[in-house]
This record gives sequence, C-alpha cells and structure tokens, in this order.
Amino acid sequence: MLSTVLSFLPRAIAQGIPLLYGATGEIVTQKSGNMNLGIPGVMYVGGICGVIGAFLYEGTLSSPAAINPFLAVLIPTLFCLVGSLLMGLLFCFLTVTLRANQNVTGLAMTTFGIGFGNFFGGSLVKLTGADMPFLALTATSNCFKKTLPFATKLGVVGELLLNYSFLVYLAVAVALIAAFIIKRTRTGLHLRAVGENPATADSAGINVNRYKYLATCIGCMIAGLGGLYYVMDYAGGIWANDAFGDRGWLAIALVIFTVWRPDVGVLASFLFGGLYILHMYIPSGMNLAVKELYKMLPYVVTIVVLIISSLRNQRDKQPPQSLGLPYFREDR
Amino acid sequence: MDINLAAVKMRNITKRFGSVLANDRVWLNIYKGEILALLGENGSGKTTLMNMLSGIYFPDEGDIYINDEKVVIRSPKDAFAHGIGMIHQHFKLVDVLTATENIVLGLEGKLDLKTAAQKIRQICDAYGFDVDPDQKVYDMSVSQKQTVEIVKVLFRGADILILDEPTAVLTPQETDKLFAVLRNMRDDGKAIVIITHKMHEVESLSDRVAVLRQGQFVGDMPTKDTNAQDMTNMMVGYPVSLNINRPDPVDPKPRIEVKNLTVRSIDGILKLDDVSFTAMSGEILGVAGISGSGQKELLEAIAGLQPVEGGSICYVDDDGTHDELLGKDPLSIAEKGIALSFVPEDRLGMGLVGEMNLSDNMMLRSFRKGKGFFTDRKSPRRLAKQVVEELNVKTPNIETPVRKLSGGNVQKVLVGREIASAPKVLLTAYAVRGLDINSSHTIYDLINQQKQKGIAVIYVGEDLDVLLELCDRILVLCAGKVSGIVPGRGAKKRDVGMMMTRLGGKDNA
Repeated sequence: MLSTVLSFLPRAIAQGIPLLYGATGEIVTQKSGNMNLGIPGVMYVGGICGVIGAFLYEGTLSSPAAINPFLAVLIPTLFCLVGSLLMGLLFCFLTVTLRANQNVTGLAMTTFGIGFGNFFGGSLVKLTGADMPFLALTATSNCFKKTLPFATKLGVVGELLLNYSFLVYLAVAVALIAAFIIKRTRTGLHLRAVGENPATADSAGINVNRYKYLATCIGCMIAGLGGLYYVMDYAGGIWANDAFGDRGWLAIALVIFTVWRPDVGVLASFLFGGLYILHMYIPSGMNLAVKELYKMLPYVVTIVVLIISSLRNQRDKQPPQSLGLPYFREDR
Repeated sequence: MDINLAAVKMRNITKRFGSVLANDRVWLNIYKGEILALLGENGSGKTTLMNMLSGIYFPDEGDIYINDEKVVIRSPKDAFAHGIGMIHQHFKLVDVLTATENIVLGLEGKLDLKTAAQKIRQICDAYGFDVDPDQKVYDMSVSQKQTVEIVKVLFRGADILILDEPTAVLTPQETDKLFAVLRNMRDDGKAIVIITHKMHEVESLSDRVAVLRQGQFVGDMPTKDTNAQDMTNMMVGYPVSLNINRPDPVDPKPRIEVKNLTVRSIDGILKLDDVSFTAMSGEILGVAGISGSGQKELLEAIAGLQPVEGGSICYVDDDGTHDELLGKDPLSIAEKGIALSFVPEDRLGMGLVGEMNLSDNMMLRSFRKGKGFFTDRKSPRRLAKQVVEELNVKTPNIETPVRKLSGGNVQKVLVGREIASAPKVLLTAYAVRGLDINSSHTIYDLINQQKQKGIAVIYVGEDLDVLLELCDRILVLCAGKVSGIVPGRGAKKRDVGMMMTRLGGKDNA
C-alpha cells in the first residue's frame, strides 16, 4: 500500500506541475481582464522553443559528456521564455492595442502554437535523420532532472518532498509569489482593479494598457515554463508531436477550479495531476473504455466546482468582472 | 468675484467626437470657496468639459490654467497632481474591493491599508461621513458608494471637486446630507463644480451658475440674481414654460384593479405587503415613496415580470369584463396594451440594447409584426425618426448605436418608444431621471397627451414637486405598504413626505 502511495504521489505531482505553471500564468493574465485562451498554444511554443535551444546547444558539443549543466539549463530556459513572451506580446498587440476579440484571438493562438510546435518539432526530427518520429535530448534532460543528492537518503519524507527537480519547486514558488503579489501588494491591487473595472482603474490614474501587457506577457512566460518542464523533465527530453496533449486546457480548467487563486492552485494542480493518472492505478483489466471515463475526472470536477460556485454566487469567487472585454478610455 | 483667485481657467476648449462637436471654444472660470452649478441640456457637453479637467478626455484645442499656471492634463493622474477630483455619474468603484482598497487605488508607495483606514476615519470625522473602511463596495447602498467616492477625492487632497449629477440616485434625505457636506467643503476653501438638472438644487446650493448650450458657453451669473425660468431659457435658447399642465380626467373608468398584492424578493424580503389600489383610465396615478419601497416590484408585477406571492391584478376592459393578469406571461400582458417603461439606475439595463442602433431598438417592440417570415423594418425607422424629432434626441443619425448617445438621450429613446406603442396602460418609472428640465417637460406633455387619450398612466417618480403638479392621484408607498392614496390637487408636499417615511403619515411622537 505504502509503495503504491509512494509511486502515485510523485507521479501526480509531476503531472500537476505543467498544469500549475499554465494555471498560474493564466490567473495572472485573467486578473488583468485578459482572457487568454491561447495558453495551450503558448505552452506548446514554450516547450518547442526550449527544445530548439537545447538542440542548438547540444549541436555545439563534441560529445554528450562535455555538457555544461549550467548552460544546458540556461539556454533552453531563455529560449522558452523568449518564445512565450513573443506569444504574449502578439496576444496583447491584437487584443489590447487593436482591441480584437479575445476569445477568437486566443483560440487562433492555440491553433497556431500547436502547429508551430509540430512544424519545428517535425523539422528537427528530420534534421537528425532519425527513423523514429521523435527527438531525444537526453543529455539536456538529465541536467534539468538533477535532484538533491541526499534526498533519497532521508526516507519517506525526502522521497516525497525533496526528490524533485528545480522546475517543480520553481512552479510552487512562482504560484505562491503570484498569490502574495495579487493579494497583498499595491501592484496586485491595481492589477485586480484593472481586471474588474478598467474604467475605474483608469480614472484612478492606473495605466490600464501597461498592466494588461505586463500581466499577459508575464503570464505567458510562466505558462511557457510548463511546456518546458513537460518536455525536459516529465518526458525526459523527448519531443514527439502532439505529446503534450490537452494539458493546456486542463490548466485553464484549473483556473476556474481554484477560483482565481494561485496558492490554491498548488494543491489543486497535484489533485488534477492525480486525477489525470488515476486510470493507471484503477484495476480495470482490458476494458479501455473505463480508463477513458477516468480520464474525464478533472473536467467533471471543474464542472462541479463551476456549478457550486455559481449556486453560492459569492461575489469574491467570481471571475474578474471585465474578463474578456476590451477597454478604450474615450469609448462611451 | 474677480477678487477671488480663479482656481481653474478653461480657455477656448474644443472637443470633437467624430463629426459631433461636443465642446466649442468654451471659456470657464472656477473659483475657490465657491460652488459653481454647471447647467445645460442633455448632450450640451457639460460632462465632456469636466472629463477634460479630470483627464478622461484630452481637449482637441484650447488651454487649461490652474492657479494661473498653464497645465496639460493628459491622464487622471495628472489631474490628481493638480488637485482635481471628479465624482462621476456612474461610480468609478471596484465592487469586489473594500472601501479602503478603492480609496487608495492608483496611489504610489507601499500598500498599508491600516494607516489608510485610519486616515479615512479622520476624514469621515472631519466632514461627518459614515463610511466603514472594511466594507466591500458590493454590499453598499448607492449613497454609501457616493460617500466613498467623495472620501476618495478628499483622501488625495483634492481642492477642486467636480460632481456629475450626484443627486440623481439619492433620496431627498441623502441629498440634504450631501449638500451640507458640500457647503462645509466650500467654507473650507475648496472649489466645487456640480452638474445637475434639478433647478431647486441649483438655487439652494450654488453660488454661481454657468450655462452651456450645444457645446458653447452661453454665460454665467451669481445664483441669487437669477431664477429657474431665466436659467432654463438660457439653456434652451428660447423662452419655455415651466408650468406642468394637469387637464381634468375625461370619463375615468377602472382599468387596473390591484388587490392584496404581496411580493417577496429572491432573498425572502417582503417587497410589497398587501397592496391594493385601482388605476383609472384617463388618469395619472402617481406613485411616491423612498427609492426601494417596492415601486419597481409593483410595476414589474403588473407587467408580468415579477413572481407574486399573493393577491390579484385585474385588467378591466371597457365593457366591464375582468381579466386576471397574474399567471399570464409578459407577452400576452403586453398584447393587452400594457406598456412598461422603466428607467433603471444604469439606463441601458432594461429596455434598450446598447450595441443596436435607434431603429433596431424600436424594433424590439414590433419585431413580431412583419409579414410572414420577414421583419418589418420600415415602421421602426419611421418611429425612430419621429422620436428623434419630437423629443429632440441629439444623435448623428438613427443608425448610431444607442450606447454612444449621452445618458439623457438614451432615456428619451426608451420613453419615446414605450409611449408610442399606443398602450391602454402606461407604466413608467423615473421617466425623467437625469433629463434636463426642457426634455422633462416634453415628457410630461407626452404623458398628458396619453392621459387625454384615455390611457391609464401609472407614474413612479422621484421629484415630489412634479408628482404633486402632474398626477391626479398619488399612491404613497412606505416600505412596501400603501401608506395612503391622496388626490394630487391640493396635496401638501410635507404631508406626502411624511407618509413616505411613516405609514399613514401620522406623527406618532
């Protein structure tokens, strides 16, 4: 029994981390009133940009053993952040500056991001000349997956709490910091005001467009890290087209599930991760249909939360009031 | 007045919205220690002018001087820096934040809500406000929200205050309280500008009036040297009559019989308690009461929009047949000729679709009428043109989305449409809320015309003076109960006021 728990929990957490990155990024974005449905695409772009960075860096090495762990982590991370940032800028330019419809723009960006990932992923696979439809960056991945050397020696506690790579702890830290900023600081107060009622924020002297741009771009960069974590850590440095799947949408479901609170997102993402892999731990024999039903669980839970929060109708637990609406000062 | 230092001078200010000239070379002086009333018809550019002072809009041409220094106000932040604070007609508050959080919004430095709350309490004590710094805005009443707005402006140390129709949504008692505060602040040496349409407020509160007409400055004068008639003439540009006609009812017959009507809100609060009355054809029945006394529920119950707990509402035909309205859907009630024009606080909320243009909004009433599969688009266009002409709606054309019109003009479109639907019963609430005095009188005339056609009019109003002048009978509501029904002719304002606050209006003391 204990061994089942010991194997289940780390895997649930590993599944949850990309969702946590995505959800934290999307919460920061939505708090500014921008509904970025392009997050799944952004996570793809974050992942493939990290892969491109790692591919280029590994290409300069004479042998995999000559890898500099510091550079091996830094270069893909920078590539990932820049790629996601560009996606964020694109979304902001279209929706904030040109005031295009946010839902349409977001969906288009998701389609674009997935296509972008698959196009470059496929191209890189071709460049390596491999017969397999995937790209393996094991050397880089090993640098990403480094854990504390003494963690496994500390028994169950070390196994469960300390035996993860840095991107896992970073995800938790980013979520907690985001929660603190949103709740406790002036920046967060202004951000919430922009998302709730931009006209009010504007008349209070807050630069609405700047907040929307910054929140959306930072949100995209956070979400992009989720893609990077998935390919470099979870998937062991192996890029295969479409492998990331529907995790981006799960991240958006998580935003609703956590009622727009990144700190709640930490545990909620582990729960979602657990639900996502629950089907592997349910003895269902050869009946694959049952497994598919279990895969549905995270979405069912989200719908239940939506129903409950709508029924209770608490004002504090609603989406930002002007979520998805463009703002123009001289509009009347 | 020239000995006073002008706190603000606006010179040759011009602002265009597309092809519409909202302000045309306006000159205006605002002095310290003075309350200036800015007057003008709806759409004459008062709010636009003040929005340029508070940094919401940027003038196309012209200069602004503050304390004799030329300044450029690009944003609300610049306006704060110059000590200008504006309280907008639609409150600029974030609902899910507390009073304190709203008040410190936009300020720099470390977020210290405790110190801020203390400073807010000091301001409240100094001016006699009642604000709980930790209360969420969505839990507040309209007048509490307005108080937060005023505290917000004072918190930033503003000494030039602009209030855009601050009393439009306040009860008479709340208005008195606000005016006391404003006088207090004036005596404190602050410059105050108030935009209002209520002439008696202008006369009782302001020291000086300035008049705008069609975006141009027409003139200013000390309030004591002028009167409501002169000011109205200046606003309109030609002499108008301020008397409200009250023709005698012709052949009144019972039309709507309400018996023991009881309505509970979703939260289980009793909104109407055992209300009974009869509305007659050819008569205006006024409904008076402090806002939220059940007026909205009463009209909506008659129109079939409000679930009812008990009682009956009967429509009485000319031949005396009674027809129970409860349990009928709004459409079949409307087909009987019962029209509801309700002007809510946000004007666009009920009855009009902001994104649709004038003639499409007219169609909301008539879209079922067209021949066969297609809708009839011609008659709504005709109606839109007619309403624009008769009520003098200021709009570039009838293809303009309603959202883009100024508040008062939006309202004219709504009221004009409901009146034009040629009903048997006209239910109207706050028909003149926020309308300038000239348009208000146009609406009174229209209502009177309907009455003379034999239509039963139920008129829910805020302005007691108007109710007393316009209505044949006045139903006074007090906390959902009928406090009494008095004849409009000869009723005393004081008596009706008493009935509004106390059942039956008797002094229990």
